[in-house]
Amino acid sequence: MCGIAGYCSLSGGGLPPPGVLQRMVGAIRHRGPDGEGVHISRRAGLGHARLSIIDIEGGKQPLSNEDDSVWVTLNGEIFNYVELRNELAARGHAFRTHSDTETIVHAYEEFGADCVTAFNGDFAFAIWDERRSRLLLARDRMGVRPVYYTVRNGALAFASEVKALLQYPGVRAELDPVALDQCFTFWFPLAPRTPYKGIFELPPGHLLTVEDGKVTLKAYWKLSYPSAGEADAADRRSEGEVAEELRALLIDATRIRLRADVPVGAYLSGGLDSSAITALIKLFPQSGLRTFSVNFESAEFDETAWQQQVVAALRTQHSTIRCAGADIAALFPEVIRHTERPLLRTAPAPLYMLSKLVRENGFKVVMTGEGADEVLGGYDIFKEAKVRRFWARQPQSRWRPRLLGRLYPYLSGLQKQPQAYLEAFFRTGIDRPGDALFSHLPRFDATRRAKRFFSDELRGALGGAADGAPGGYDAMEEMRDSLPGDFQSWHPLSQAQYLETTHLLPGYILSSQGDRVAMAHAVEGRFPFLDHRVVEFAARIPPRMKLKGLREKHILREAVAPYLPDIIAQRPKQPYRAPESVCFTGPGAPQYVGELLSPRAIAATGWFEPKAVRKLLAKCQTGMPIGNSDNMALVGILSTQLLDHLYVSEKAAPAEAPAVACA
Amino acid sequence: MSSAINASVRRFIGENFLFREDLRSIKDDDSFMDAGIIDSTGVLELVFFVETTYGIEVGDEEIVPENIDSISAIVRYVQRKLSAPLIHAVEQPSMEHAVHAG
Repeated sequence: MCGIAGYCSLSGGGLPPPGVLQRMVGAIRHRGPDGEGVHISRRAGLGHARLSIIDIEGGKQPLSNEDDSVWVTLNGEIFNYVELRNELAARGHAFRTHSDTETIVHAYEEFGADCVTAFNGDFAFAIWDERRSRLLLARDRMGVRPVYYTVRNGALAFASEVKALLQYPGVRAELDPVALDQCFTFWFPLAPRTPYKGIFELPPGHLLTVEDGKVTLKAYWKLSYPSAGEADAADRRSEGEVAEELRALLIDATRIRLRADVPVGAYLSGGLDSSAITALIKLFPQSGLRTFSVNFESAEFDETAWQQQVVAALRTQHSTIRCAGADIAALFPEVIRHTERPLLRTAPAPLYMLSKLVRENGFKVVMTGEGADEVLGGYDIFKEAKVRRFWARQPQSRWRPRLLGRLYPYLSGLQKQPQAYLEAFFRTGIDRPGDALFSHLPRFDATRRAKRFFSDELRGALGGAADGAPGGYDAMEEMRDSLPGDFQSWHPLSQAQYLETTHLLPGYILSSQGDRVAMAHAVEGRFPFLDHRVVEFAARIPPRMKLKGLREKHILREAVAPYLPDIIAQRPKQPYRAPESVCFTGPGAPQYVGELLSPRAIAATGWFEPKAVRKLLAKCQTGMPIGNSDNMALVGILSTQLLDHLYVSEKAAPAEAPAVACA
Repeated sequence: MSSAINASVRRFIGENFLFREDLRSIKDDDSFMDAGIIDSTGVLELVFFVETTYGIEVGDEEIVPENIDSISAIVRYVQRKLSAPLIHAVEQPSMEHAVHAG
């Protein structure tokens, strides 16, 4: 786990002086505080910032094969390295270290670029093949670990975070209007696009090769689902059989993720997923399991009572950190500096505090329940879509939409919403059940309301009219065009799961809420639910076993029932949420908010309309409860202004936090 | 009275929901939902405004488009609620009178 950076020549052109690579690695030192290393050859440079987890003594990077003809720099872990190592040793390869990293160079020697398909892990790595003058850049299947790249002055440069790429000569941060439109529609840009022009993200499950002056991208893994008709007809499995196989896969996924030469802790929110992971960890020998969580002052978001139940039932040693709105506001600029993209939600900020707590307690690795909702059907959006489809069959029905009220047992704010207006929200697209994005239309529509604040210039850059009339770039159409050819043949639940797993998961959950805020404190998260064997198996589970009626993750509850008290195994979903715009608009709001949202500052960056933003801020400052769309707009505008201040404006030094941030 | 209610409702809509649009372009009978001006959570803000500005209590079953989905609808609804107690006061004594007389 760590940070990587480097470059290679595209056209035989000159490479930058060695100091550049040191600076690139230095910019991501927070990811790897245990050591730094570089390897520079005539046509390439590989750099590494190390977070020592496996083979503390011997596993320094970049590292090479037997004759130094193949070099690797890795961010992440290859969890099945023990099995792979045995196989490679049997084939005659000689290992110098006990690290998982070393399996990569020997696997490359043995299998070539296809070696990546043999790895079960969370990784972003670069291989430099000296003999072929070939660079290989690879990213894991689910998008756990990041890698960005850009082409500049006859070379390709890559790094774990954009801030390292900005150290490469000639690379500047310039915000991309299309990416902004995508962020204000989906919450993230569509990979390989990033918020920055000319800087790209290697999509999950992809390989990038640089050879003979050419850059090629190839997918080595794709998420796919069976077509609806075939799946049901062919599947003779009982629920019991499926639950048993899922249980076995989860146990093995947990087993190999416990491999470390440092202690492993766990995040424990009190919900089903993290409780399940914690229970599975306890199946393996250990002396006391440390768990961690974040708690909120506001009762609406707090899960303390549930956490305490699980802690008592599983007998873990639990630590918790309390997060208030003022904390979120104070930390927000630093969080944005790490996420490097606009945020529509504040949720990453408490998780930034949580990883700090983990570090302070001497831990480098935590297991979490991320991924269960995507692969096993946990999110409310899946239930919403089911009710909406049911309603769409008889759009005039008065009682079908009554089911909407059953969807949110926990969310008091939504419970207060009158039926007519719940219906208005969920009615979005009710006449378009054939739309590939049907399940996500209400979310996208609510988010897109934030585009009302785009400046005329930004609208113009997107090919749209100044008055906001439709026309110009259509982000949703781009997403539709990117879907696999057989997408519409899948069961509707599979379609919705695909959208969440392929887009929201790497685009926001694993990045802004995951890797960036954990690695800000050099903490590595590990996710058994995202083991590719679990993901592939889950994709073939009959939809009715995942969402049984309106009971989410049914099959998971069955699978982990032996290990958890009933009350936890049956607990309904409470999504992880944090207080939103209210953090930035109370009497104690930090100064930077008013400064960055002032008409002068808004006009200076040019992305938003000054008068409209002033109105929004005034509305948020009245103390009235603020709705979802306005919350997202305020957080989105503020985070974009922060990005501009941190990375784009001439005055800001890229690697420093802004002067306006409170410690 | 209706023009005063109209002006106050217009101002509230303009300040809280029209971030880009010109208030003058919204006609009294334009549907907020159709125009996308107010979303499902925005309606609660509207109810809060009506309750606190006019001192009336809005029942859950009254939160329907017919009552609040346009400036005209809100004006009519508020007027109806503000005049209702007078009607009630006129009816009650005559019924009592009829009972006592019986």
